[in-house]
Formats: sequence, structure tokens, C-alpha cells
Amino acid sequence: MRTRRTALTLLGPCALVVAAALIGSFTSRSTEIYFINALVSVSIVVALYTFVGNSGVLSFGHISFVAVGAWTAGVLSVPTDEKPATMQYLFGFLRDTTVGNVPSLLVAAAVGGVFALLVGLALMRLSGLAAGIATFAVLEITNNVLRYYEKVGPGLNTFSSVPETTDLLQAAVGAVAVIAIAFAYQRSRFGRRLRAAREDAPAARAVGISIYRERLAAFALSGVLAGFAGGLHVHLLPVNVDSVYLDLTFITLAMLVIGGMTSLWGAVVGALAVSGLDSTLAEAENGIAPLGLSVDLPAGTRIVVVGALMAIVLVVRPSGLTGGRELSLDRLTERRERPA
Amino acid sequence: MSAIVASGLTEFLGNAIEPQVQVDAVGQGAIFALMAVGIGLVFGVLRLVNFAYGQLVMAGAFALALASEWDWPVWAGIVLCFAVVLVLSIAMERLVFRPLRTQSPAVMLVATFAVAFLLQSIALLWFGSLGKTAASLAYLNRPVTVADVDIRKITIVAIVVAVISLAALVTLLTRTTVGLQMRAAAMDFRTARLLGVRANRVIGAAVLASGVLAAIVAVMLTVQSPLVTPNYALRETIVVLAGVVLGGMNRLGSATLGGFAIGYGSGLLGGALPTAQSQYLTSLLFGLVILVLLIRPAGLFTRGPLPVERV
Repeated sequence: MRTRRTALTLLGPCALVVAAALIGSFTSRSTEIYFINALVSVSIVVALYTFVGNSGVLSFGHISFVAVGAWTAGVLSVPTDEKPATMQYLFGFLRDTTVGNVPSLLVAAAVGGVFALLVGLALMRLSGLAAGIATFAVLEITNNVLRYYEKVGPGLNTFSSVPETTDLLQAAVGAVAVIAIAFAYQRSRFGRRLRAAREDAPAARAVGISIYRERLAAFALSGVLAGFAGGLHVHLLPVNVDSVYLDLTFITLAMLVIGGMTSLWGAVVGALAVSGLDSTLAEAENGIAPLGLSVDLPAGTRIVVVGALMAIVLVVRPSGLTGGRELSLDRLTERRERPA
Repeated sequence: MSAIVASGLTEFLGNAIEPQVQVDAVGQGAIFALMAVGIGLVFGVLRLVNFAYGQLVMAGAFALALASEWDWPVWAGIVLCFAVVLVLSIAMERLVFRPLRTQSPAVMLVATFAVAFLLQSIALLWFGSLGKTAASLAYLNRPVTVADVDIRKITIVAIVVAVISLAALVTLLTRTTVGLQMRAAAMDFRTARLLGVRANRVIGAAVLASGVLAAIVAVMLTVQSPLVTPNYALRETIVVLAGVVLGGMNRLGSATLGGFAIGYGSGLLGGALPTAQSQYLTSLLFGLVILVLLIRPAGLFTRGPLPVERV
């Protein structure tokens, strides 16, 4: 019984991802891109969840790890003979090295992890507001450096000639892998210690948990996942410095909060729900006709609706669509028996 | 490498003691201090970091821009700006802050994040990304020369307005009943309520006062940078928030000082950094923020031991 319940925590989110990928594979090429995008969002949001959900500390800085991962994978995958055209100031070793798709993702994950570890060594001492502002500061600094330091990337230009290898299959496999790692972490003793500290910090300290060390581990792990997701991102769409900045920070946090901040299930549900809504509205901005009703929304409506939705969900259901709980059949049946 | 740093540093220090740079930095500090007070007031009574504060300023700036587009007289534009900002602050409090009052600070912060992006995207939808120009007060941007230093009139206006507003606020907080109640609520909301302080009234007063400050900031910022875009004042808000936390959020005085310090600091860095390094201004500023937070997590201008994390 217990193992079945545990398995559901992992299999539920994975099933959702696979279902999204399957539906996506039956659609046209132009629609498929929305599904791939949604799956990459799942990876980013689950990476964010690994730290925020388990520790209860807000981070505005995770998109900097996504950015660093995107930069790493992007720079390493552009063919050597095309690098001088777009990135003429690169360091020599970056200019002369080009790796394949999978290695570029793994290096992106490693760089994201190392960066998060270094940042975390200093920042994880902080908590509350100071931590929030400090992670924000990390985002600002990362963005500022990537924007102007042309020895590590294209600077203000958009990445070009990065092989577009993130297809439906790769995005789905990537998302499942990220979910599996996040699941393994939250079931491990490290994850449990951190969750205990989230629920009751003094009690956790009293039983000998070093909150600093547990937070640092989660931060570094989520940096690895975020770097990996950044790699997937750069292999999907032409990325530039503004596409991995405030807007992405907002939308991924929105996904996590709307889904339910404290569960893996919530992270995945939130990412897919918001992506779905976002894509539908994006299509509606171009004009669609569902059920014979012609809808043609002005450009920009999308962000207004997502922002409004996030505010409404927060006011009506502050713990998110899933209530921040993992998927559980018991609860579903229980609710049917005794309607609350 | 070290030689470059050394020469850059000498140049920076040489520029930094220029009266011109100093005056501009103080002017920026004054405006940032006002924003810091606006954010600190609401934080005091609600324990809520209002990330959407910059969007109030943005809305006020758009009101001014529209007024100047319609050729309204200056005073009418300012009245419109105040009206828009105040209505918006009250709506924000009613629709978002009030229902979330009992939630955790994280949820409230994310909620104001959502409101900020909502307002920003509404502005984008309404006015487009190119924005509008608020030109009616542009003459304040011209300089007057005092002892070989060119001082833009707005800098003087900003400093004077900031001093007057802060004095008025101190009077409000220390000499009126509602001010006393606001201070009591900031110290311990539950006890204050037990002693008969009306929560909604106090919060309403704080939100209104913070809205008035946002409108004042909107007027002064549009003089300095007349082109109003949907992400107007976003940068400033992020920097001020950092400054407020840096100064110490728990007291209005330290929050204000923090806002002034970061405004002054960024003005100084912006004015005095050699051009080759000035593009990394943001990194330098936020690097300093992280450093100060690590050394004094409770705030630069607070005294006494660290408060114990509440359970």
C-alpha cells in the first residue's frame, strides 16, 4: 500500500508529461512547438521546486542558473566554423571546442550546479527577505555579465546556429529525468531533513539538522537541474539575454505557485496548466475559431490573463491548484466518500 | 590586470569627489528614499513587500504623459497622476492585500509580483512598448549654475520635496492618532488590535500615504526621464527594494536610510565609473548588496542583536 502510494508520487507527474508529449506528437509542426515548450517549462519549474518547494525559501535567482546552462550549452554546440560570425570575442578554448547534443546538456547541468553551489555557499546563510533580495541580486548580476561579457557568449545578440535538437522526445525524456531526480531527492534523507526544517526550523535544529547544509545541497541540486533545463531551452529556441531574465522568472514562479509550491505534482501541474493556457492565448492572439466562435485577441492579452489568473489563484487558493499535496488515490476516494 | 583596476579606481575616486557627481547622487538618493518610505510604510503594518510599488509610479507617470498629450495644464496633470495612483493603491489593497493578509510572507510577495506584471502588461496592451512622453514639466530639467556646478532644477526640487514629505510623514506618525496607531501596528499588529486599533483603518492610512509618495515620485521621475514605457520604474523598484532590505526593513528610519544610501551609491557609481566599466554598474551595485546582506543580514542601519526567526 505504502509503496503504491509512493510510486504514484513519481508516476503521476511522469504520466502527465508522457501524456502531453503523446498529444503533442499528433499535432501539426506549428502546434508541436507549444508542447515542447511546455515540457521544457516543466523541467525549469521542477528544478525551481527542488529548492523552493522543499526548503520553503523563495528564490528569484534560479533563472540565472537556467541562463548559465543555456549559455554553456549554446556556446558549446555552435559549429566551430560558425562561431566567429556571431561570437567573435570568445575565449580561445570556447572558440575551438564544439560538442554534441547530449554532452552539451550534461556540461550545462554541471556548470549550473557549480555556479549554484558557489552562490549557495554564501547565500544560504540568509533567510527570509534577505535571502529573497540576495537571490534577486544574483539574477541581476548574472544577467548583467552575460549581457556585456562577450568572451563567454553572444552578449546582446541572440544565439544563432545552435542545433535545434530539443524535439518532443528529448524534451519529454529530459522532463521525466528531472522529475525522477527531484523525486529521488525529496524521498532521500536529505530531502526529508530539509522538509522538516521547512515545517519547523527550531525543531529541526533541535534534532541536529544543519539547515544551512541541507539548503545548500538542495540549492546546488536545483542548480544542476536548472542548468540542464537551460540547455534544453537553448536547443529549442533562439535564446537571448532578455529571454532568460525577469519575464521567465515571473512565469516560472507563477507556474510553481499556481500549481502548488510544496509538491512535485503541483510543480508539474502548474507548469503544464499555465503553459497550456499561455499557448492557447498565444494562438488566440493570432486568431482562432474554437467551436465556431471566432476569437481574435489583441497582442499582449496573454500576459494580462496569466498575470490576472496568478493573482486570482493566489487570492482564492493560496496553496495552489493541487493544494501543495502530492497526487494520491486515497485522497480522491476519501473525498468522494465524505464530501467536505 | 591590477594596474587597470588601480587606474580605474583612481579615476573613479577622482570623479566621485566632483561636486557635480555628488549633487546628482544626492538627488537620486532623495527620490529613492521616498520610494523606500512608501515601501517601508506598507511593510510596517502588513509585513508585505510590495513589489508592485514601481507599477504605481509607472501608472502615475502614464497619467502625466496622457495629460501632457491632451495639453492639460500642469496642475491638472498632477491631480490626475495623484488620482490614478491613489485609486490604484486602494484597489490593490482591497483586492489583493486584504484577502491575503493572513498568508505567509512568501505568498504575499509572489502575489505582489503577479500584480506588478499584471499592471505592466496592461500598460503594454494599452500604450504599446514604445511608451509616451511626459513633457509638461520638462523645463525643470534645465540646469542652474551655482559656483561652477550645473545643478538641474529637478535635483533641487527633488531634495526639497523629499525633505518636506519626510517631515510631513514624521509629523503624521508622531502627532496624530492614526500615526500613533500605525506605529503601534508596525510594532505588534495583534496587540495593537487588542487595544482597539482598527486594522482596516490603519492599513488604509498606510496604503494611502504610500500611494501619495508613489505619486510624488512619479512626478519627479518623469521630469528626469520623460519617456514613460510599461517597464518604467521597474529597475528603480528592484534597486530600492534591495536598499530597503539593506537598510533594515523593520524600522521606517533604517529603511529610508537604506533607500537613500542605495540611490546615492548608484548615482555615485553611475556618475563616477570610468566608461569602460560603467556597463557593469548593475553587477557592482548588486554585488555590494549581497556583500552587505552577508555581513549584516538584519540591515545596515539597525541596532541590537539579530531578531530570532519567528516560528
